[in-house]
Amino acid sequence: MASLSLTVNGEKKTLDVDPDTPLLWVLRDHLEMTGTKFGCGRGLCGSCVVLSDDAPIRSCITPVGLVNGKSILTIEGLSSTRDHPVQKAWISEEVPQCGYCQSGQIMSAVALLKRVPHPTDAEINQAMGDVLCRCGTYQRIRRAIHQAAEAGGGQ
Amino acid sequence: MTLPMTRRGFIVITAGVGTGLVLGAYAYRTGWLKRLFSKSDPAADFSPATWIRIGKDGSVTITVAKSEMGQGIRTALPMIVAEELDADWASVRVEQALADVKYGSMSTGGSTSVRTSWEKLRKAGAAARAMLLTAAAQRWNVPPSECRTEYGTVVHSPTGRILQYGELAEEAASFPVPQNPPLKNPAEFRIIGRRIPRTDTPDKVDGHAAFGIDSRVEGMFFASVARCPVFGGTVASYDDSKARTMPGVYRIVQIDRGIAVAAKTTWQSFEARDALTVKWNDGPSASLTSRDISTMLATFATKEGAVAETRGDVEHALSGAAKRLSATFEVPFLAHATMEPMNCTAHVRKDSCEIWVPTQNAQAVQRTAAALTGLPLEQVIVHTTLLGGGFGRRSETDFVEEAVQTSRAIGAPVQVVWTREDDLQHDFYRPVSLHKLSAGLDAGGRPVAFTHRVVAPSIGAQNAPDRYTNGLDRGSVEGATEMPYDIPNVLIDYVMAQTPVPIGYWRSVFPSQTVFALESFIDELAHAAGADAFEFRRSMMDSSPKMKRVLELAADKAGWGTPPPRGKFRGIAFSPPAFFHTPVAQVAEVSVGRDGAIRVHRVVSAIDCGIAVNPTGVEAQMESGIAYGMTAALKGKITIDRGRVVQSNFDDYPLLTIGEMPAIETHIVPSTDPPTGTGEPGLPAVAPAIANAVFAATGKRLRTLPLSL
Repeated sequence: MASLSLTVNGEKKTLDVDPDTPLLWVLRDHLEMTGTKFGCGRGLCGSCVVLSDDAPIRSCITPVGLVNGKSILTIEGLSSTRDHPVQKAWISEEVPQCGYCQSGQIMSAVALLKRVPHPTDAEINQAMGDVLCRCGTYQRIRRAIHQAAEAGGGQ
Repeated sequence: MTLPMTRRGFIVITAGVGTGLVLGAYAYRTGWLKRLFSKSDPAADFSPATWIRIGKDGSVTITVAKSEMGQGIRTALPMIVAEELDADWASVRVEQALADVKYGSMSTGGSTSVRTSWEKLRKAGAAARAMLLTAAAQRWNVPPSECRTEYGTVVHSPTGRILQYGELAEEAASFPVPQNPPLKNPAEFRIIGRRIPRTDTPDKVDGHAAFGIDSRVEGMFFASVARCPVFGGTVASYDDSKARTMPGVYRIVQIDRGIAVAAKTTWQSFEARDALTVKWNDGPSASLTSRDISTMLATFATKEGAVAETRGDVEHALSGAAKRLSATFEVPFLAHATMEPMNCTAHVRKDSCEIWVPTQNAQAVQRTAAALTGLPLEQVIVHTTLLGGGFGRRSETDFVEEAVQTSRAIGAPVQVVWTREDDLQHDFYRPVSLHKLSAGLDAGGRPVAFTHRVVAPSIGAQNAPDRYTNGLDRGSVEGATEMPYDIPNVLIDYVMAQTPVPIGYWRSVFPSQTVFALESFIDELAHAAGADAFEFRRSMMDSSPKMKRVLELAADKAGWGTPPPRGKFRGIAFSPPAFFHTPVAQVAEVSVGRDGAIRVHRVVSAIDCGIAVNPTGVEAQMESGIAYGMTAALKGKITIDRGRVVQSNFDDYPLLTIGEMPAIETHIVPSTDPPTGTGEPGLPAVAPAIANAVFAATGKRLRTLPLSL
């Protein structure tokens, strides 16, 4: 056990937790923020993507000790009114089906737009290529990313 | 527990503003409905009471008794009720039903939800509407014939007076429920057929959507179960001395399916499970391999099959044919791989059991828990959460048994969570199968004889062997029987080939394999006849005009007969209505790289699903079926070695990615017929359409899935 501190969605959190615990389970089980999802436990599917200082990370394979002192953004912190441009685009394109992977899809898209405000299809494939969706919402995700880019989603 | 708390909060608010036409579970407890219907009364099925609650504030709460697994059922079913109720869609709220026999079957699968709910939900809405209209007429003291309903109000046409439903609800509730209320003519629909946004989208973009794995109950533990990796194996002995000392571990107990480790957090339960030392009795399947199973299928293919369908004299017609062809196709086991791993949260107490679970069959969960605990059915409360994918996997109850037994053993609420490895290695798999087809063409290239032998394990016989003593499971030949083509001499037969590998319902079930074989082989026949693949099919569909129209629409929209873009090749395939009652035709546009990589650029579909309740929903289901079918066509394969599954995670069981997703165009045949299924019919034709395009590109006929050059 160790005392760790990280900022989650702008709020400072102090935790007494084994630093080897993956960030995913700290978010879900310790902080009771269940928006970030468990999909594979090996960084292969992207359902658990959150932002650490603006960079997308796979929280299921990131020991919480590694993000000590960092600023974490999860799906819950994107906006309090679902009006982040990426969320608005997701709603307008009716992207989600089962919805389970969508937190990871949305956070990956947010990270992409921060880095590349107007991504090409190839850049979308590159950045989103290992964020898996079993329902096949991919074309809607692509359209929503372009739409969010037009709305200044990278700002 | 996020979802039920939200719901409870809502109920409190509703009760606060007063409930008028108080119906459903509520009314059941408050009593008036009890007077109208007993539980066994079949009329309860279409009573408005079961489905609709109208608040004095005008809110219309519609109960959904099917599971939302991505197919948009929490939107489509309320649309049907709201249409006949003449509700204002903006005032509609949706509530998930607790498991209860009063809803009729809550099983969500087989593309049945809209099709089988259609009439009873329309009647429920129409009956409530009639009661509200009568209440207004009485209040105004005018004949009901002078009144009409619109957007949640009753209007007195001659005077223009208006009453809101909320103002009438209490009076309306006291009237008898009309048993055969008039239903709208489809031309009058103003909600059905519209692109209504899904009710569940907003919660799915901000992390609030509560899936089973997000269930949180006061005092709960998380559990991980060690299961025998070999099918049919059992625990011989185990040593938990190390695991017991690990942080967070609460209890370690043996249950029917293995050893359950309950800990304070999910991660701690995973870690402690890994620290267990378990000795397994592997049982009789310890040396089973995929090769053994393939060999068995090939051997069984020479046996005499149980006849599933026959007409004419195949043998005679074959011997007289100008040209004879035959081919063998084979497909592997597949896992469902829902993105949300299996999980179930259960709290077993002495006199009750409460369960929160992503399930496709809440009533089966209720029955399972009742049987395990010995509690009466009504003391088992089952909350159906959102499902992070279902595809048939969540029609099973194995994960429910684990949670109920663990909770009971440790005396506390527990959430059993599976890892991805657990999920891929302990599934109820899409069966393997082998297909032997033969056909004879006459001198003009027309098929005169056609045989299709399906050699496959039977899901039905696995679950209820006594019911299939004659060797025929019609489910296993679905998609092979009732071909849409007019061929005079036909023989479809089946050889049952059981294996120790658990099998189950996987999106579109047997048509996912029979249609691959059938539609690939039809393509072979077209080439052998020197005919165009579309015209060849079309010329045999005169007695199925509805299906022919679907085929023609897909070909037309795909530009069949015009040259494809440079480097791309087209394949066409047709998926018969089967148990989903919905014909689909698809044209795939494919290119093949120098390295043999198959790339699908575009899939054009035509579908006749009767009335499209929500066209956006139908399109989304087609996109989803195609993506699911493409993973099976290009990647999916579960292999067995030493009695266990080889694959373990998404690195060796890869799924389709965004860069591989083709452009998809869906064309819906306009219709006023009752709606049919859309969840599965988008899938079966994908693999053969791609395989047929690959043949057009390379001249190579691929007869094994996944397709590989």
